Amino acid sequence: MIDEFLITGLIAGVGIALIGGPLGCFVVWRQMAYFGDSLAHSAFLGIGLGFLLGINLTLGNIMTCILFSIVIVFLQERRDIHLTSDTLLGILSHAALSLGLVVLALLQNIQVDLLAYLFGDVLSVSKLDLITVYAGVIVVLAILATIWRPLISLSLHEELARAEGAPVLATRLTFTLLLAITIAIGMKIIGILLITSLLIIPAATARRFARTPEQMAVIAAIIGSLSVVSGLFGSLPLDTPSGPTIVVAAFCIFLISHLWQPNPK
Amino acid sequence: MNQSSASLISAENISLKLGQQAGLVNVSIAIRSQEIVTLIGPNGAGKTTLVRILLGLIKPDTGKIERKENLRVGYVPQKLATNKTMPMTVARFLNMAIALSDEKIDSALFEVGAPKVGDTLIANLSGGELQRVHIARALLRNPDLLVLDEPTQNVDYSGQADLYALIGKIRNKRKCGILIISHDLHLVMSKTDHVLCLNKHVCCEGQPEAVTRHPEYQALFGPNVAKGLAVYSHQHDHQHKLLEQAELEQSRQSND
Repeated sequence: MIDEFLITGLIAGVGIALIGGPLGCFVVWRQMAYFGDSLAHSAFLGIGLGFLLGINLTLGNIMTCILFSIVIVFLQERRDIHLTSDTLLGILSHAALSLGLVVLALLQNIQVDLLAYLFGDVLSVSKLDLITVYAGVIVVLAILATIWRPLISLSLHEELARAEGAPVLATRLTFTLLLAITIAIGMKIIGILLITSLLIIPAATARRFARTPEQMAVIAAIIGSLSVVSGLFGSLPLDTPSGPTIVVAAFCIFLISHLWQPNPK
Repeated sequence: MNQSSASLISAENISLKLGQQAGLVNVSIAIRSQEIVTLIGPNGAGKTTLVRILLGLIKPDTGKIERKENLRVGYVPQKLATNKTMPMTVARFLNMAIALSDEKIDSALFEVGAPKVGDTLIANLSGGELQRVHIARALLRNPDLLVLDEPTQNVDYSGQADLYALIGKIRNKRKCGILIISHDLHLVMSKTDHVLCLNKHVCCEGQPEAVTRHPEYQALFGPNVAKGLAVYSHQHDHQHKLLEQAELEQSRQSND
């Protein structure tokens, strides 16, 4: 039976890696690693509310992450708040995290395995989760394809993109929502603390080999999938938690990639 | 300036407040095809704001903007550098906004004098090459109006002459209007048809020679700058005519 769990986890993990690759590239290009972490932390509120209201946890996570990202984007747009992005992120994410933990503590009749949420538990992935993941993958990839051009030009040179009339706010907001969905559905497998690493490590590795943004996105997706597969297969004989093992695998690939020269010319 | 019906774009009596302060006061500007207009002014004069208004990115508080129908604008930004974390070949960069054939990309790069860089990564270009690539990108939009924001900022003195030669060539070949934003005057003057000196309001405008002699211009940039410019234009063979025109222009403006 272990094998079936493993296969389910594997398929789900690869799905996360497939969207994590391209989205992770944008996280690297747009310097949003901290934003990703903050989003993930805020998901704790989603877990708390999920238990409180008795709704599906993944759904609760997605809702919380989306709400969080909308609030952040609009706060960043306002000129009358004299705080930088990272301060705003720090305030909101830790507030959401703590609020989630407080809610969980107040619900005395519920025993929550916090470690599973922090670091992911691939063996807990159900068939329903698998459907959720792949529904998310399809939605995220489809929407990403439609905002690809403006998002690329916005990330490459914002002033130029603005001057050429790219829909800046709409594109940013959409991308943030995609990130929120990805983090929410990836959390069960990789964990809240580690989900950002599956976004940025494969993308950072791919940077060395790519000559166009599209190449980098594809290579990142491949490296991410490779990390998931090798991490999961490694975690079985080693009897280690799945999330951290996947991240260690991704990190090893990152290190090994430095044996090759970066792209020429 | 008269708002000729042949204008590609014209702004009339534009005013805009930035917070409590005046950003622009009663500014009018027009650009026609085949005309090179240079917008000069010190930092904080509102040059960028005016361009943003012309590009339709911000709305002025008052005033009227008229654009030729379906006006296509090519924009060359002041900051040339692109995000270095994103890998990007020159060809892909040129291809970004509109899908283009390889031949079109090659010929645009040839036109701006930067052939053979199509396969190069943008991060590896020199400053001069990068600027030409930006110009090629703007030209590939087939613009009626080309806007260059501080084009001389990253170019050395001899590079400036080449750059202005290129801009003149583009005007002659493509018959487009060109708007140059600049905070220094030197070589701008030799090619430009009309100079507009901005310091929140239009201090003075007219042909280059007239502007440099205008007292408000001299007050802004100091008489030495104006003198250095005069020396440059004395290299022209028809200086007397220019001087006469300048004086004429100046007296006309002080009468206004």
